Amino acid sequence: MHNSHTRPRPGRLLVVLGWLLALCATALPALANDAAPAAADPALEARMTRITAELRCLVCQNQTIADSNADLAVDLRRQVREMLSKGDDDAKIIQYMTDRYGDFVLYRPPVKATTWLLWFGPALMLLFGFGALAVVMRRRARTAAEQFDADDPALFADPHQS
Amino acid sequence: MKSLRYILPLLAFLILAGFLARGLNLDPREVPSPLIGKPAPSFALTRLDDPAATFKRDDMLGKVWMLNVWASWCVACREEHPLLVEFSKRGLVPIYGLNYKDKRPDGQGWLARFGNPYNASLFDDDGRVGIDFGVYGVPETFIIDKQGVIRLKHIGPLTPDVIRERIEPMLSKLNA
Amino acid sequence: MIPEIGHFALWLALGVALMLSVMPMLGATRGRADWMALARPAATLQFVLVAFAFGCLVAAFVGNDFSVLYVASNSNTSLPTQYRVAAVWGGHEGSMLLWLLMLTGWAFAVARFSKHLPGPVLARILSVMGVLSVGFLLFLLLTSNPFDRLANPPLDGRDLNPLLQDPGMVFHPPMLYMGYVGLSVAFSFAVAALIGGNLDTTWARWTRPWTTVAWIFLTIGIAMGSGWAYYELGWGGWWFWDPVENASFMPWLVATALIHSLAVTEKRGSFKSWTVLLAILAFSLSLLGTFLVRSGVLSSVHAFATDPRRGLFILGFLVFVIGASLALYAWRAPKVGLGARFEWVSRETFLLANNVLLMAACGAVLLGTLYPLLLDALGMGKLSVGPPYFDTVFVPLMTPLIFLIGIGPLARWKQAELPQLARRLRWAFGAALVVAVLTNWWRGHLGIVSTLGLMMAFWIVAALATDLADRLRPNGIVKTSLWHRAGLIPRAMIGMMVAHLGIAVFIFGVTMVKSGEIERDVKMAVGDTTEVLGYTFTFRGVQALMGPNYRASQGTLDVTRDGKAVITLHPEKRIFPVAGATMTEAAIDTGFTRDLYVSLGEPIDNGAAWIVRVYVKPFISWIWGGCLMMAFGGFLAATDRRYRAKVRQTQGADVKVAA
Repeated sequence: MHNSHTRPRPGRLLVVLGWLLALCATALPALANDAAPAAADPALEARMTRITAELRCLVCQNQTIADSNADLAVDLRRQVREMLSKGDDDAKIIQYMTDRYGDFVLYRPPVKATTWLLWFGPALMLLFGFGALAVVMRRRARTAAEQFDADDPALFADPHQS
Repeated sequence: MKSLRYILPLLAFLILAGFLARGLNLDPREVPSPLIGKPAPSFALTRLDDPAATFKRDDMLGKVWMLNVWASWCVACREEHPLLVEFSKRGLVPIYGLNYKDKRPDGQGWLARFGNPYNASLFDDDGRVGIDFGVYGVPETFIIDKQGVIRLKHIGPLTPDVIRERIEPMLSKLNA
Repeated sequence: MIPEIGHFALWLALGVALMLSVMPMLGATRGRADWMALARPAATLQFVLVAFAFGCLVAAFVGNDFSVLYVASNSNTSLPTQYRVAAVWGGHEGSMLLWLLMLTGWAFAVARFSKHLPGPVLARILSVMGVLSVGFLLFLLLTSNPFDRLANPPLDGRDLNPLLQDPGMVFHPPMLYMGYVGLSVAFSFAVAALIGGNLDTTWARWTRPWTTVAWIFLTIGIAMGSGWAYYELGWGGWWFWDPVENASFMPWLVATALIHSLAVTEKRGSFKSWTVLLAILAFSLSLLGTFLVRSGVLSSVHAFATDPRRGLFILGFLVFVIGASLALYAWRAPKVGLGARFEWVSRETFLLANNVLLMAACGAVLLGTLYPLLLDALGMGKLSVGPPYFDTVFVPLMTPLIFLIGIGPLARWKQAELPQLARRLRWAFGAALVVAVLTNWWRGHLGIVSTLGLMMAFWIVAALATDLADRLRPNGIVKTSLWHRAGLIPRAMIGMMVAHLGIAVFIFGVTMVKSGEIERDVKMAVGDTTEVLGYTFTFRGVQALMGPNYRASQGTLDVTRDGKAVITLHPEKRIFPVAGATMTEAAIDTGFTRDLYVSLGEPIDNGAAWIVRVYVKPFISWIWGGCLMMAFGGFLAATDRRYRAKVRQTQGADVKVAA
């Protein structure tokens, strides 16, 4: 019987080849790629995402140019990416956009004389609110006791005053 | 005096209502151009009908001219086109087209079918010149004066009213 | 035939509403019991007629009656049945009818559940609600009739916007409108009280449960809208500060302030005129929201088809209702009493500080939403105000408020001591700080903002625990069990704790997602993998499939963790031929501690590979879980025993009667 193993026969060769191929096939998943990032440069992409999230799409006006599928948004994203690759800083890109489209394209309104009320308004409202509260409290403190209602005894008997 | 502060909410509301009423006559979607009064962006584009010929912004210095942004895929452009063809026959101002993000055969075919009011159309296939002009919707129309400064921008299709009330007066002023 | 009957029912309802607006109010002024008695049946009849009309519209949709213009514009034979029903409120006219249905529904509820209200009070309240119904009925019948016919009916309709063909559409608008419109009850109570001169603690006690229930619906409605945007729109976000989102958030902020202000007025009789003003403002903001969405004054993704005539009508209605009620306020409020006295440091002042902060926040949102209009109207140019503004302005206003959530419940009415409060709460404060820092250190994210966010969430929990521990501590005199002491805590108090806990859960979710979410955009061919935070995503390819009214490309991704299969996700890109739109359906695996979110980008290399966006979002479901907890807390508070009529009748002696 051992004579049949001294010279490889075509059938055996095929079987061996078959096994080799099978081995290769099992190794294929290991060769399957760790998916490449859609973008070439992650740091640039991070800046890209941040900037485009603050720019308004002028066609689909309720989306950022990051999210919009309008042609103009695609073109503007390309433009931003080119400028970032050239090394332009954020301010230059914003300037580029506002030169062509005005402040409307910015979701973060610039702080200028016409927007002082916008940016400082909330703080002013808060100050006004607390100021009004203080004024009212002071006025109440000066009012005579008879002007007020009596306390409800039931409420003050409860230790937790629920 | 004590009663005065109780009037404040009513007053504040009436002021707000005034603004809202005014807002009914405004279009929140319209984006005015920051380029009015500024020099037209410089550009050098090939002509739609002749890829070998180049047309530059500075070629038009010394003349008042109209730039109309159009495309064969643009439905609203079809609306204004007959009007534009009629207007071009009056010879009030040379009209140049900016063929925006189109294909040469499509653009030329469209002009052949619907008429050509333009002295020439410029081929802006990737839309960069359009972006420089602040184009965001087609059609748009610009009037540029002799010094190359943009003096008027109209967004949307031209109408007889717009031509009569905005364009003709501007042309008279610029040609004077 | 059915649309005409529905239309006729609306005209009848207008007649009933007119009668309801006038007779009971006059009856209350003149002491005519027979006129006042008309209020309840009129409110009921009004509701029945509007409900019937609504039913006719639903029937027209379900039956594919394309001779009705509104049905033809918003539906299609290939639209699944549940979306045909949802399409009823998919456009302007139908959603106005839904508004009206809710309005008359709430009036009916007030008529039904108000045995304890004196005749004249109820009569005035229902009359005010009748005036509101008249306004909306006129608006519908004169400018926005959903039953208009088409002379040449098309064979098939235009189809519902694909974005709206989703379960969210079935629930979100009805919930939201229940909340919006529910605030009309508090409004009507306030206006009726100003007219009748009966502003007292009893008035506050009556108003409170109605306000809380409306608030619950508004909370759920807004949460559903946000959740739906997250699941449906494929952009991974959940709040955009869009004008219509703000239009729903502003009434919510005011309603929250109102609930807290009512607590002061009910318990101590103080700040009645402020509470009344809040009640008027809350519904006014609901009406303003309706105007903003339908008038074309602001650009929004939610905006309905606009028509200046409609905008003018709504504005006119707005000016009449809000103007009249604020004028009434200016006239009557100065005469209202001061209530009981309280000191600078007391639960009252903490609650009022809560109100100042909430109103400042509401003011900020209003300012940001209307600023573009303001500048344009003054001819000062056009600008946009978006998330960067609102995020910058809103969070600093909320931080002190969260701080107050911990202190307020522990402070005593009338007079509290700051040193004592500080002593009781210093452990809570310290614990919150330590746990927040430790959590971030463990996560590897030592950012100031996220640490502050976590600290706010933990602060609420710790302060709550302090309060609870206090209430459960034996009080020394009588021996009681823990269960017994727990049972002594009023349900309203439990409701408050649950709602505040919900806020903590919400803040925790927002902080964790904003500081810890990871996004990866990758090119994937079949077999490619990508790994995010321990999860391995393997792309298995894309296949075509057909939906009921769309064609889709469906991707398959297997997700594993430590070698074990987690889930298989199927993101889709759907094309709707009738509407001509493409939609991205993200595939989301919702988990308690994280969401796995995958969406398809574009095919590349001729379909050999696809751009795939993979996100892992930690604790994002806690955002909506927190909102649900808030709503549940509200439910507990609204069903406290003092509002339940049965109990009131058996405990006749305990009921305080208005002096």
